[in-house]
Order: sequence, then C-alpha cells, then structure tokens
Amino acid sequence: MYDFIYHRATSIEGAQAIFKNSEDPVYLAGGMTVLPTMKQRLANPSDVIDLGKIDGLAGVERAGNEIVVKSMTTHAEVASSSAVATAIPALSVLADSIGDPHVRNRGTIGGSIASNDPAADYPAALVGLGGTVVTTSREVVADDFFTGMFETVLEAGELITAVRFRIPKMAHYMKFANPASRYALVGVMVAQTDDGIRVAVTGAAPCVFRMDKMEAALTADFRPEAIENITMAADGLNSDIHAGVDYRAHLVGVMAARAVAACG
Amino acid sequence: MTINVGANVNGKAVSAEVEARTLLVQYLRDHLGLTGTHVGCDTSQCGACVVHVDGQAVKSCTILAVQCEGANVVTIEGLADGDTLHPMQEAFRDNHGLQCGFCTPGMVMAAVELVTRHPQLSEKLVREGLEGNLCRCTGYHNIVKSVLAGAEAMAS
Repeated sequence: MYDFIYHRATSIEGAQAIFKNSEDPVYLAGGMTVLPTMKQRLANPSDVIDLGKIDGLAGVERAGNEIVVKSMTTHAEVASSSAVATAIPALSVLADSIGDPHVRNRGTIGGSIASNDPAADYPAALVGLGGTVVTTSREVVADDFFTGMFETVLEAGELITAVRFRIPKMAHYMKFANPASRYALVGVMVAQTDDGIRVAVTGAAPCVFRMDKMEAALTADFRPEAIENITMAADGLNSDIHAGVDYRAHLVGVMAARAVAACG
Repeated sequence: MTINVGANVNGKAVSAEVEARTLLVQYLRDHLGLTGTHVGCDTSQCGACVVHVDGQAVKSCTILAVQCEGANVVTIEGLADGDTLHPMQEAFRDNHGLQCGFCTPGMVMAAVELVTRHPQLSEKLVREGLEGNLCRCTGYHNIVKSVLAGAEAMAS
C-alpha cells in the first residue's frame, strides 16, 4: 500500500469539505473493499477520509412500510437486526451470507453499494426489493443507481447516508457463492412487491440487472416451472477461473428457480 | 504521513508513531512486538490475523492502525491469565485442535467471539462461524471439537 494523508472526519459536512480540498481522495467506510484494493496498489489515493467516527450514521429502523438502514451499518448489524428479520427475512439472509463473520463485523451497506463490486450481494437486494439510496444531495431509486462495473451515479464527494427498502409481500435471495470468498458467482433476489414481481441478478454480469422475461413470466404464473424455459444469454457475462459465461448463465436460471420455490 | 496511534491493547495503554498506511497487524507485530497475531494470506481471507477490536473479531490485515485510535484491542497474548491458559486455548490443546499452529491464534480469537455471540453453540454454528478462518493441517474436525469444548468450559 502506498502512503496517503489520513483524515478522521467527525461530521458529514467535514468529510465533504476534506474531499473537496484533496487531490485524489477516497472515503473509507468499513474498508473491506477499499483497503484490499489499496494493498494491491490498484488504487493510490492521495487522501483517505475515514467515516468511522461520524456519529449517527449507523442503525436500522422500520419506518412505515420501509426498512431504513443507515449507511455505516455493518453487515453483522443488518443480519442480527430483529426489525429486518421480521420485515424482510431475505435481507437478513443476504447480509449474513456476505464474506465471513470478521468481514461482516467491518463491512458496511453504504460502502458495499458505493463500490458496486459486480459480485457484491447488496446491489441485488437494492434492485430486487426496489430500494432507494439516500445521499447527501438527493434520493435515487435503485434501478437508476448502479450504472456499470464498480460504477454508480454518485458524484465526486457525494455520500450515501441511508438505504431504504420497501417491505415486500415475499422475497427470497439465492446465491451460488464462491467457496473461498463467498462473493456471489451468481445471486438472485426474487421479490413480490406492491409494484409487481422483481428479479434482480448479481455476480453474473459486470453490473446488477433485472431479468425482465422472468418477471413477466412470474407475473403470469408464480411457480419455478414458469421460468424453466427462459434462458440467459451468455454474451457479456463475467468469466473467471471459478465460472465461465455458460456456467454463470445456467446458474441464473437455477438460482432464480430456487428463489421462486422458496417463496412458495 | 506519520501519525500517533494510541490504543488499549490487552489491558495496557500503548501508543506508537506510525505511517498512516500501517495496518493493525503491523502495529501489533512490528511496533508493539506482539507477534502472536500471524499474517497468513494478507488478503482478508485466511483469518490467521483475527484479533478483537472493541469486542468484535476483525481481520487485522484489513484495518488500519489509525482506525483503532482509542480502541480496546485484544490479541492472543491477552487471553491467558498468567500461566493459566484461557479455556478456549486449553480446549485446543486437549482436543488436538492444531498441528502446525499457524492459524491457531486467529482460530482461537474467532472462537472466543463466536461463543460470546452464541452462548448456545452447535456444530453447525461453529462451522459457519469459522468460515473466515482457514487451516491447512487438521481438516477442521478437531478444531470444531475444540471450539465446542472451549464453549462448554467458558460457560462453566
């Protein structure tokens, strides 16, 4: 890791002011993505702005028909939240499947979605449940938030403050995990929401996406059999030593069918 | 950039002048001489470097020392009471929960936190709870036995 100038922010405004006055800064939330990236020298920020000591940025609460998770809430806190377990069990399961216990003790929801790693789990929760990302300057619906591999609509210095999940009638998340890292080779969130059926896929492609054909088929007939003949095109999917494009394409169908079955 | 990092490590107030990029594990090993915490993979996967920061098990290769300013840190050196091993350490010895011993500090620290989190442990919970700790010797069977025995000993 190259050296950098370290800043310990004590307020959101303070963090943004430091960001504005730095040459090539990065925000540090839990650090589970930023620090490994810096250790590999894939990133070389001039300034690291630690958000860990800003009060009031962590916590989970139910507000009406939504679960609100503040941005510095760790995966362990989401996984053990009784409010989440009662309202959206699929979100508890998803959070509890990220990495391992030590990673879940540090990694945060805001850091995860701001990084938008193609194999991260939370993007599937955001898009699959039809969530909303609240930032220091606006609110963005999940469908518009994730724009590409490691890319989001966040502008320089903009900070995520919370994530809102609408409580679905039913939802399940099924993941085929990398056996070492537990990142999703393919993860599928299927949800029955007030606005209809949503199917969101992470891990398979450079960015989370919705499977429109499956949503239409499941709207007509919500059974695993309804989507068994819908195949995923392998073109453009991720390929690595763990799984090639054809295998990932196949897994999309399998994980989606399992998620639908679990909803039954 | 150098920065002074003060923390409470194993019950003692410590401080050291370190580079901002210094990882917690380097702070512990190189600056405080606490070499019981091991660096295995250095990529957040193997868990040999697990320590407790404010009661939570974390991978000390993936947290900056400066992030731990003012924190309570417990390492493997902080578990035993003088010559008396912590019940979890004793359980690893009694159940042949280690061979080469390289992963053991992280295993024990992860196990102690796991017991704190789940007073009623089961074999399934132990296997899931050790997901972030890799051992290349034992095949895990005796480690799981050790953790279950250690949990029982900690309760009594």
